[in-house]
Amino acid sequence: MTTPATPRHQQGPDAGLLGSYESPIPIRPATLGDAVASEWTKIRSVRATVWTLGVMVALMLTVGLGTALLLAADSSGGMPDEPVLALGFFGVLLGSICVITLGVLTIGSEYGTGMIRTTLTACPSRGRVLAAKAIVFAALAFAVTTVTAAVVAALQTLILGGAPASADDWLRGTVGVGLYLAALGLLSLGVGAIVRHSAGAITIMIGVVLLPLVLALFMFADRLRGVQRFLIEYSIPNQIGALYGTTMTESGPSGWEPLLLMLVLAAAVLGGAVAILNRRDV
Amino acid sequence: MIEAVGLTKRYGAKTAVDDLSFQVRPGAVTGFLGPNGSGKSTTMRMILGLDRPTAGHVTIGGHPYRDLPNAPRQVGALLDAKGVHGGRSARNHLLSLAQLAGIPAARVDEVLGVVGLQDVAKQRSRGFSLGMGQRLGIAAALLGDPQVLLFDEPVNGLDPEGIHWVRNLMKMLAAEGRTVFVSSHLMSEMALTADHLIVIGRGRLLSDMSVTDFISANSADFARVRVPDDGPGERRKLTASLIEAGGRVMTEPGGALRVTGLPLPRISDLAHGCGVRLWELSPHQASLEEAYMRLTQGLVDYRSTDDAKAGLVEPLPQDPYGSADGFASPEPVEVPQEGWYAPPPPVPGRAPAAAPAPSPAATAGPAPAADAVVGPSSAAAVAEPSSAAAAGEQTSKDLR
Repeated sequence: MTTPATPRHQQGPDAGLLGSYESPIPIRPATLGDAVASEWTKIRSVRATVWTLGVMVALMLTVGLGTALLLAADSSGGMPDEPVLALGFFGVLLGSICVITLGVLTIGSEYGTGMIRTTLTACPSRGRVLAAKAIVFAALAFAVTTVTAAVVAALQTLILGGAPASADDWLRGTVGVGLYLAALGLLSLGVGAIVRHSAGAITIMIGVVLLPLVLALFMFADRLRGVQRFLIEYSIPNQIGALYGTTMTESGPSGWEPLLLMLVLAAAVLGGAVAILNRRDV
Repeated sequence: MIEAVGLTKRYGAKTAVDDLSFQVRPGAVTGFLGPNGSGKSTTMRMILGLDRPTAGHVTIGGHPYRDLPNAPRQVGALLDAKGVHGGRSARNHLLSLAQLAGIPAARVDEVLGVVGLQDVAKQRSRGFSLGMGQRLGIAAALLGDPQVLLFDEPVNGLDPEGIHWVRNLMKMLAAEGRTVFVSSHLMSEMALTADHLIVIGRGRLLSDMSVTDFISANSADFARVRVPDDGPGERRKLTASLIEAGGRVMTEPGGALRVTGLPLPRISDLAHGCGVRLWELSPHQASLEEAYMRLTQGLVDYRSTDDAKAGLVEPLPQDPYGSADGFASPEPVEVPQEGWYAPPPPVPGRAPAAAPAPSPAATAGPAPAADAVVGPSSAAAVAEPSSAAAAGEQTSKDLR
């Protein structure tokens, strides 16, 4: 029954149990590849994708170019001592909100519209559905972020000149940032799958991004000094800064470490989401 | 072939589906009937592996749904027309579902044509009417050319032409040898479409039999008997005589008697035998829809407060016949419906432990109170032979 060849001759016990009708279209088991193709169709056929990614690109370009042009007009000589690439930070920080939104909506819109029941009826393997969503979303978010970050960095370097950046700096400021935002988006996807409510999940994720810094602002007491330092060092804005080599503190994760941390966190939450999805009623 | 065994689903204290066992066979349209909230959709969701049963299991072709290697190619389902992302075009919606099962894209255009949505395929489904949404859902179910099809309320929101089309589609799919399982709360619709009926109420199986059997077992034919108004004596005499002969007697608002379980000539003979004149002796046949409502009346969860429908179904007086004027009637039958309007659930053999107590209809709902029934408590067992024969195994269980 599962083999594609010659349906007319399949008179196995299963075929008998399922009834006398045999489809002329050959049947083969569905795969993760099928699910990825399906998710790609889904993500490209809704306006939310164009909106969120479009806004992100626009934000990164305007903020990145704006700061570069302002600095160029201000000191007429660029910033000789700071690496120019770090200017991309502001655009990426704002753009991360868009990636979070798209990540949550990738699964949240299915719950919001009831589409999830249709999807999980068509593909009862919930792990496969979530994996396909994660692959398609992460690839898209990574590609768009990396390309935009690279364009912004190149333009900023052209406008300001500044100190020459190493190849590793360039890699972290483009591919690294792209991967980091994709991983942050995957975390949002996982949270969206667990919460099943778009607005709730987006709020949670914005809280995750902003709250540590805001909390740290109010921790003046000496006894909280350690907590404050931890919150600042591991806050997502500071981690993005670390990818650019500009952090608020001297210690804490640096280089590629923030990316590793975010990937581990996203993997853990997605794994939890699969486990919960498998147990839960839809 | 769908097979449910002891299927149970509880949400906290509420039991949505209670020890449901049934089989849905290929080559026929099987109607799945029950009032709102009786557990039809929950059962459908459990069949499709969306909800996990609290107890029991359900298989399709011998496999649990979630173990099927390519579910849409074996089972097509229309759950609710809302299961669509409104921002996506009809074609892209179906394309994404087709790709999920490795179905070629050409098939998408094919099913769009089958359901008549080819002209709006590029439009976003948010603007679709309820009927168009139903057609889109049916297209999704047909996409994989499956052997088993489940439709949850497929005619909701369809125009008469659409209803006619769905009716023929179901019959055609079944004629091709597929298993077709259709839920509805419209008895009249099912009477035209289905070959077999599974009726549930409050999550329990009420009836599992062919439509013809269901009609003969549940249509509740009765005879109206009117005797002269010159005092209760004649009525009393006749009632006692009828009950003695195995009939069941109810009173109607106008004072007429509603007799079931006895053929008309026999009633006439009995009246003659006890010297009672008859002013009226007429046969009446209740509609199938009324029979269905009788079957489920005690099990309706959501009822308007003025209870208009129950009033329509049971135009009987509040006071039981004879109780007002001291007529020494035999005690009222405890289970008015059992063996008469409601065949007992056919499951006990399979799941004896949880076999439902007498009948949910008896314990639930206030409606039967208005329906004063006098007759020996064994009357249920001596149901009219034709109904017993027609109901087959179900009724035979009642003759304990």
